[in-house]
Amino acid sequence: MKLSDLSLPELNRQLRQGFYFRTGAFVVNVKSAIPAVANGLSLMYADYPLADRAFADFHVTLTKPHHWRRYFRPQVFFRFEGTSPFSPLPLSQAFPMLEWGMNWCISSNAHSYLMIHAAVLEKNGRAAILAAPPGSGKSTLCAALMLRGWRLLSDELTLVRLTDGRIEPVPRPVSLKNASIAVIRDFDPLAIFSPVVRDTVKGTVAHLKPSSESVQRAVETATAAWIIFPQYVKESATVAVPVSAGRAMMRTADNSFNYGLLGQQGFAAMAALVSRCNCIDFRYSALNEAVQYFDHLPVPDPA
Amino acid sequence: MRKTGLIVAAFRHPQALPDWDLQKWDVLLRQLRQAGMTASLYARLDGLGLLSSIPEQAARHLAWAAQLARRHKQSVLYEVGFIRNALNRAGVPVVLLKGAAYVLAGLPASEGRIFSDIDILVPAESLNLVESELMIHGWHSTHHDVYDQRYYRSWMHELPPMTHATRGTVIDVHHAILPVTARLHPDSAKLLKAAVPAGGFATVLTLGPADMVLHSALHLFYNSEFDHGFRDLVDIHTLLQHFSGLPGFWSGITARAQDLELTRPLFYALRYTTLFLNTVVPPAVMIKADAGRPNVALLALMDSLFEPALQPDSPDHVNLIAVAARFALYLRGNWLRMPPLLLMRHLFQKAVISNRKPVEKTQCDI
Repeated sequence: MKLSDLSLPELNRQLRQGFYFRTGAFVVNVKSAIPAVANGLSLMYADYPLADRAFADFHVTLTKPHHWRRYFRPQVFFRFEGTSPFSPLPLSQAFPMLEWGMNWCISSNAHSYLMIHAAVLEKNGRAAILAAPPGSGKSTLCAALMLRGWRLLSDELTLVRLTDGRIEPVPRPVSLKNASIAVIRDFDPLAIFSPVVRDTVKGTVAHLKPSSESVQRAVETATAAWIIFPQYVKESATVAVPVSAGRAMMRTADNSFNYGLLGQQGFAAMAALVSRCNCIDFRYSALNEAVQYFDHLPVPDPA
Repeated sequence: MRKTGLIVAAFRHPQALPDWDLQKWDVLLRQLRQAGMTASLYARLDGLGLLSSIPEQAARHLAWAAQLARRHKQSVLYEVGFIRNALNRAGVPVVLLKGAAYVLAGLPASEGRIFSDIDILVPAESLNLVESELMIHGWHSTHHDVYDQRYYRSWMHELPPMTHATRGTVIDVHHAILPVTARLHPDSAKLLKAAVPAGGFATVLTLGPADMVLHSALHLFYNSEFDHGFRDLVDIHTLLQHFSGLPGFWSGITARAQDLELTRPLFYALRYTTLFLNTVVPPAVMIKADAGRPNVALLALMDSLFEPALQPDSPDHVNLIAVAARFALYLRGNWLRMPPLLLMRHLFQKAVISNRKPVEKTQCDI
């Protein structure tokens, strides 16, 4: 059963008691009576499979406070197992907060993976990891690639299995910020967005619905073939420059959630990952050109 | 005993865990996470060779927590190395207490245990020297409030916590295991004298086996905070199980409790570990430990407080009886630490005057 099989009132009813769905390797139970959460889920997660209520990896709740901030400039709290890891946000940010909160649950727990703060997409069985600090146009490029047929594995969390180095998908809506929202609307007028939320810590935020194919194939792992460090530079030509393995490793480690925590295992996994990839510094301004370049990425030599 | 939580059942009888269904595991994992004991259960099942017999979805959560615990253990060993170097020149041996001691001594009680501070015990006469050596090596005192400084230095058994300027690690330097103002006065000199080298270092020690158990018991049952009560009880259980193989351990511990005036904490430790966790204690030891048994009325009262307070919290329901019991034990803990007038003053200071800063939280930014 998929989320789209539920009517909005039924989804709302389930959310009050705990709504169980699967995203990649994780089952999440969301409990919330906030309408924006139900609306966001029904719009963004329509293709997601529902999960059995017996077990969830993460039980999260989004609630309004019981005090005066319920009415005056209302707030929303994110809770996970009796703790609230974040400061409350304005109620209008309830859906983005659910997204950030679920990312946090995975990135602070799932240590059977080397976790990299990077987007990752797949075509013909090979995955491209887009690793870059916020503001470099990583999500914009990720969204464009997904809209042109790349399978989205994740927009934020690249999960490299420690056992065999394969990448496990956690497809989720792509988080777009500020100017990139309009850029992607222009790029594909049929793209489906969640309502735009202003004045978040990241500025204006909207989420882009993941392609149905990405969600349906969420159990198919992929082999990493490229690590790309994208950077949007205004009016720049499309430029790709190879990066040495050592440098690429340090830069990817900087963008990892648990590289240090995994110790030697993390080092070994990161080294193996980098050595099987072509690593590229990538500057772009024209999205169409950038996407075309990705269709002709140089395939790494078999090691 | 009244109905117990799943987490109690899990630690009481881990052999049965392979029979648990996924729904039970779901609740158990939530309780474990809240109690900070997920990695401890991993270690328990690993020891029994049962990790592969439990549902995969649950086993993975245990393994995640174990990964974190391994890292924590490494950082503790690393930090103890710094402390040892800092105090080398002063020639003061470092006696590690609680969590760090379990790690250095390689005890099963250290498996999967996450703690934030390192506690050490030093002779009272070396206190100033130790403080200045630690300051030279980058630790600094964190409580700048005049009242707090006086509270620690005049009445407590430890210096105000010291934080390392670059690593951010915290050390608590003790000169005794109970406050100066407390009712009981276990002799620190006796504890230091019986300390044993650990981790292969001549100058890093832990308390002797019996003293370690007694300190652990004192720490749990004479404390004012019971938020991690069940975890601490499991610690005592694990220590007892481990040491019970040592020749002379059982016969020594009751005599040692008399010697250190700690018969009451030992009595509570044996009573509640056997009650909650079925700890195996020789009957003769139980009889001898009755030296610390309170009178019938007091024991009934303490049972009514400790039993609910030691139950771990449930993720979905607030247990009001446990909340009330913990509050009563908070008052008792302070009552045992200080004479009444001093206590009144302290509680007034904490409730009204000290304007505590709220705990800082992270902004969500991923």
